[in-house]
Amino acid sequence: MAAETTLGPNTYSRSNQDQRDIALDRVLRVVAYVVLILVTIVTIAPFYFSVSLSLMPQEETVRLTLRDVLLPSGIQFDAYREVLTSSDLPRWFFNSTLVAFIWVVARCLFDTAAGYAFARMEFPGKNLAFLMIISTLMIPGMVTIIPKFIILNEMGLLNTYGALTIPFLASAFGVFLMRQFFENFPVDLEDAARLDGASRYRIFFQIALPNAGAALTVLIIASFQGSWNNFLEPLIFISNPDLRTLPIGLAYFQQENVINYPVQMAVAVVSTIPIAIVFFVFQRYFLQSSTSSGIKG
Amino acid sequence: MVSLPVGRMGRNGKPARSRSPMASEDRIAGWIFIAPAFLVLLVFIFGPIVFSAYVSLFEWDTIGQFGEEADRPFVGLGNYQELFQNDAFWQSARNTVWYTLGVVPAQTAFALLLALLANRKLRGISFFRTAFYFPSISSSVVIAVIFLWLYSGNGLINSVLRDIGIDPPRPVWLANPNGVFELLAGRFGVDDVNVWLAGPSIALLSIMLQNVWSTLGSLMVVYLAGLQNVPNEVYEAASLDGASRWRQFRDITIPLLRPITFFVVTIGMIGCFQVFDQIFIMSSGGPAGTTTTLAYFVYTQGFGGLRQGFGSAAAMVLFVVILVVYFLQRRAIGGDETK
Repeated sequence: MAAETTLGPNTYSRSNQDQRDIALDRVLRVVAYVVLILVTIVTIAPFYFSVSLSLMPQEETVRLTLRDVLLPSGIQFDAYREVLTSSDLPRWFFNSTLVAFIWVVARCLFDTAAGYAFARMEFPGKNLAFLMIISTLMIPGMVTIIPKFIILNEMGLLNTYGALTIPFLASAFGVFLMRQFFENFPVDLEDAARLDGASRYRIFFQIALPNAGAALTVLIIASFQGSWNNFLEPLIFISNPDLRTLPIGLAYFQQENVINYPVQMAVAVVSTIPIAIVFFVFQRYFLQSSTSSGIKG
Repeated sequence: MVSLPVGRMGRNGKPARSRSPMASEDRIAGWIFIAPAFLVLLVFIFGPIVFSAYVSLFEWDTIGQFGEEADRPFVGLGNYQELFQNDAFWQSARNTVWYTLGVVPAQTAFALLLALLANRKLRGISFFRTAFYFPSISSSVVIAVIFLWLYSGNGLINSVLRDIGIDPPRPVWLANPNGVFELLAGRFGVDDVNVWLAGPSIALLSIMLQNVWSTLGSLMVVYLAGLQNVPNEVYEAASLDGASRWRQFRDITIPLLRPITFFVVTIGMIGCFQVFDQIFIMSSGGPAGTTTTLAYFVYTQGFGGLRQGFGSAAAMVLFVVILVVYFLQRRAIGGDETK
């Protein structure tokens, strides 16, 4: 079945075997579509339900059948009006946006600079430094959360935007990604600039960085997604309600409105919209961002 | 910083990669380039691991300034000793084992199957790929909130079960502490099941299912990239030799995908070891501690109970487990690629 998936058109002579294969192909094609459609329903349905619930009056959500959720009888936007006016949703949204912006800009600069240096430059301790950075790739946030908390407390950064951003200004993934990119990027352009006497810094800012668009897009998307969905650290580092980001805001909001599903879902939908837009525009790069770390690792 | 050594040798005796005046400038510039990223990762990831080992040797129960040593007595391996005698710790270890044993094989197998499907040259295939990937981009909190409703007493899952005449489990999904194997054994009249064999609770199983669902897309994409790197000629040659499709799959596809499988299983397991968001929102570690995994245990001790030394000891255990798993995996799956 697998082999069949990658076989090109048969160019060799037709045998009985081939004809059986063609028949089998047709059957497999139908089976494939059926499975694909079923899986699509399973992956998309929960999101559809959340939109559907967010558009219902609360009384209706107490006891629902599949039919009610699939085709809500009366659509209304009360839940959205409520969360936009009487909850802190706009504030969470602003915080998430600000934090995401800082993550993205910092990583584009710092990860790219480091990746560039690892790909192009020779300096003492280079291999050790690279090994240290790469070894942080596999370490889950939970392993380091207590010391991070203590360190941020020492720095006086708990309950500030600093706690939401400073620990995340660089990522091992980004350094690795950018190094990979520059290693495969032709060095000729830079050589020409060097002959003209340009310094490393100039070459980096005027040649390397502007030409790294493709890899930067992957980095931007991965950073945006990481920041937008980050939960553990903000949960622990922030107790001031004014500094909550969307996931934290939603988590508390859910607990405060346990049975009011329409408003919960309205917040869920609003917080998903930006990332969904970015996803649909840059699909190709999203898929890349989840593979590039693995395949080349 | 300016020098003109032509044909200068690099540090390893090889010709320097850049045969230019830059070579010596780079010795300093290199560090300036990596400094910001290196510092951030050093202070906030690498350093904390070392610091965590240090903290785990203390009774570190207050959140105060670092200088206040008085209320932080050094206890040596005391925290570890206590940890290994702590029932809640062993329960969380058990939950983590069941969680991983259930989720990793399921997500790996489904991801491979989905990738095989999504790799076919069918009309509209990119639409399907996009749909499969969508859960991977959504926030875990959003997903947890949606599933909280799906699994609730009057949620959709129970509603559909009632419609088709099946009694939903009682207590309701996420509040049900009964082990699945224990329930199964009960049907055969076996009542006394060892805690290690009781299996994940219904509550944990519900979260496991949600996790398989939400990770499928991103793992599928990893397999997809692997499949697209397998050259067609390999299969063409095999089918000229009369190899059946099943044999091609078993003898070509699976072995060629081995490094990918290594990666998928590794990140899958590490994902299981650190699962937190869903548990925090869907069950808070309950009922009866049956959804408290090791990572959640670290959180409850370090922040719920404010026992940061004890919590750090648990975090170090988690770290060692991850390291061991990583190296075992490497040997088992990635190891014999030398031939």
